[in-house]
Amino acid sequence: MNELTTVVDWSRAQFALTAIYHWLFVPLTLGLGVIIAIMETIYYRTRDAKWLATTRFWMTLFGVNFAIGVATGIILEFEFGTNWSNYSWFVGDIFGAPLAVEGILAFFMESTFIAIMFFGWKKVSPKFHLAATWLTAIGASLSALWILVANAWMQDPVGCQFNPETMRNEMTSFWEVVSSPMAVSKFFHTVLSAWVLGGAFVVGVCSWMMLRKRNVDHCHRSLKVGGWVGLIGIVLTIVTGDSSAVTVAKEQPMKLAAMEGLYEGHNAQEIVAFGILNPAKTVDNNEDPYLLNISIPYGLSILANHAPNSFVPGINDIINGISKDEQGKVINTVSYAERIKRGKLAQEAVAKFQVAKQSNDALALEEINKTLDENFKYFGYGYLDSPQEAVPNVPLTFYTFHFMVTIGGYLLLFMALVVFFEYRKKLTDKTRWTKWWHYLAILTVPLTYLCSASGWIVAEVGRQPWTIQDLMPNKVAISNLSAGYVQTTFWIFAVVFTALLIADVSIICKQIAKKSKTNLDEAEI
Amino acid sequence: MTHYILQNYWWLIISILGSVLVFLLFVQGGQSMLLHADGKAQRTMMVNSLGRKWEFTFTTLVTFGGAFFASFPLFYSTSFGGAYWLWMFILFSFVVQAVAYEYRSKAGNVFGTRFYDTLLLINGIVGPVLLGVVVASMFFGNDFTITKDNILNTQAATISQWGPAHGLEAIASWKNLIFGFMVFFLARTLASLYFINNIDDDALRAKQRKALIINAPIFVVLFLISLALILTATGVQVDDSGIMTPAENKYLANYLEMWWCLALLVLGVVMVLWGIGKTMLKHDFTHGIWPAGIGTVMVVLTLFWVLGFNGTAYYPSNIDVNSSLNLRNSSSSLFTLRVMSYVSILVPFVLAYIAYAWYKMDHNKITQHEMDNTDPDDKY
Repeated sequence: MNELTTVVDWSRAQFALTAIYHWLFVPLTLGLGVIIAIMETIYYRTRDAKWLATTRFWMTLFGVNFAIGVATGIILEFEFGTNWSNYSWFVGDIFGAPLAVEGILAFFMESTFIAIMFFGWKKVSPKFHLAATWLTAIGASLSALWILVANAWMQDPVGCQFNPETMRNEMTSFWEVVSSPMAVSKFFHTVLSAWVLGGAFVVGVCSWMMLRKRNVDHCHRSLKVGGWVGLIGIVLTIVTGDSSAVTVAKEQPMKLAAMEGLYEGHNAQEIVAFGILNPAKTVDNNEDPYLLNISIPYGLSILANHAPNSFVPGINDIINGISKDEQGKVINTVSYAERIKRGKLAQEAVAKFQVAKQSNDALALEEINKTLDENFKYFGYGYLDSPQEAVPNVPLTFYTFHFMVTIGGYLLLFMALVVFFEYRKKLTDKTRWTKWWHYLAILTVPLTYLCSASGWIVAEVGRQPWTIQDLMPNKVAISNLSAGYVQTTFWIFAVVFTALLIADVSIICKQIAKKSKTNLDEAEI
Repeated sequence: MTHYILQNYWWLIISILGSVLVFLLFVQGGQSMLLHADGKAQRTMMVNSLGRKWEFTFTTLVTFGGAFFASFPLFYSTSFGGAYWLWMFILFSFVVQAVAYEYRSKAGNVFGTRFYDTLLLINGIVGPVLLGVVVASMFFGNDFTITKDNILNTQAATISQWGPAHGLEAIASWKNLIFGFMVFFLARTLASLYFINNIDDDALRAKQRKALIINAPIFVVLFLISLALILTATGVQVDDSGIMTPAENKYLANYLEMWWCLALLVLGVVMVLWGIGKTMLKHDFTHGIWPAGIGTVMVVLTLFWVLGFNGTAYYPSNIDVNSSLNLRNSSSSLFTLRVMSYVSILVPFVLAYIAYAWYKMDHNKITQHEMDNTDPDDKY
């Protein structure tokens, strides 16, 4: 393995590690933030001390989780520069803007009002405190908005133009960047899925307390809010998941094909409900892609295009540039071999630009600009050695996608039952199976975390090898570092974050155990 | 607005964020003084006083980074990827700080309070010293080259090339370290002034006045040495066509050519000294943090201005002068700077609500009584 590949791999591993750790804590902040704000609103309206006690119980857990989310977040922002320095220049003109807006508008809101939320009970009026709690929750969601806009742009680079003079992409429309379908669906899908996780966490903790018969009234109060937030969250997550799939089908067809393990596409394409991939299958052979495959007819065509007879291309179709209309007539698109050729043409044009510019050769410049206009959208393919290099890790994308969808379906049923049982308490009170229901609720917490992480793995692994879709592969985006350096910081991060995770989980468990023994029907400011 | 004006405007924003960050490093300075607290009760008051402010420093650092990325992406690309170890040490120290406050006194924190206090100490020393090293290296230069054409080379595509030490050489530079320790002792000085203002406890105030007598003179001496080094340093001059050449005493020349900058420097220094001096001499004076803090912001503002304005490269390369970064060759496009400038209109609003929230929270000073009557889970 050469040094370049090793640096790329370790840089990717480091980013993946920090991103996954960060995402372990952020969704709980987003979801629990909204739940706490609703609880405090009920307290503010009723002035019932029970709701104050309930709000403060969840606020303590929120605080423990919030700190580590902040800690893991700072690394991510700076890693764009430390490990992906070429990327920082190539797209900094576009990518940096949402990051700066995030800092100015969202981070300060969060950091200012969270201090009031925790320490301001006796220092500010109840109204101001409630506003601070809502502003903390809103600030957290705003943070998510801007970083997700930035991430969506990497998946679908819109609103920009390449400038050969500065050797970078430059923004031409901020609105296109912010409002691209990819950004809109990604924001809502991600933030709403965090509501589900917040809801599942509340339900899981309450179930643990109810198994021990501690503060049952507090649990029912919490379950009402957490259950509704979780239910609304999962319904809307599924709806936005559908729009995400349509966007992916249009902008990242290779990712969709990998999500389904689909090598040869068809009209009226079925969707795999359950499947086991054949490990021997590659793009170069004729092996059956699946060892086991239970499918739903028309499913993928409906999911991807909202048209049951539409064609969904497989990995080989995309590589070979083959698509079909609804009648099955073949339409040739641009094959990957052609894209590589045209990407190299674009790169050659950029190389010639400086010479032509210096000699003020207007004719040559016109020709270069024409070549760039025609071929720049394939610029990144010029870095690839073969079409196969543009195929992501199919098994990882396939299994995480199906795990996410399966657990998502389960969460819909689970959250609906949580809300239903809350309004039909007789069904669960003192019945024999109640304890099994509580065990299931506790198990649902880690399942929801895994579901959430799987979504990100699908989104990020499925778009490999691109740092910026079609424009910049990973191997060109990295910093000039030795693999040993990145390996060292990777292990330091791994040890530090794991230690902090252990401490985080331990504190949360202790807090739940300790506070659940106190009277959570009474509290004073 | 022209590209030129917007580039200057965004350097001004960066300067403001940078100078506010240096002021807010009093949090780190305070962390480095926790060891000297007389007993657990005093340490609890100090930690809780700092704990309600740490997020401001942290957020300002993040926003400083974000604003740099957005407005001068070539700096972000060159410095972060190049001075890898320098930035990584800084980041590690801030990562552990964020959790240390929240976890230190919580039951089940696995590693014990002393462990988290050690993390606060590490951040309290490493943070200011190395952030100081970063700023100093912007005056004294770094060893890097930039070749944008590299991006077309698949096998060696990185546009900025550094030596193999990747930032360790900047930490080893004595000039940078003097500046770094100057920032550290400034942070400790400001921390003493902050504690005196924020905690209503006679014993603690007396202790902090004693600390001031040690830290402030060291800071002043290191500041004078740093200033002398900067004023006699060779900077990089950028001409109208973008050609860069070394220029002796460049920063001194900038102060002299931009008289308002020099005036602000002098005023800032006077305010810092006044805040420190009055607090040391008058025992019932507790507001020294404000003149000293505002003075700090003023002084750092002028340092950033002489660094970037008046045709100066703000990130000089010691090995290829024309690889140096200046406001013109490293900025975002006109369109992006313009868009972000609209967003920056909201900055005064953000500052206003921060000031209001700070006022509300600090209106009542921290006391031993408050700490004794606060639920252990509601304090750090």
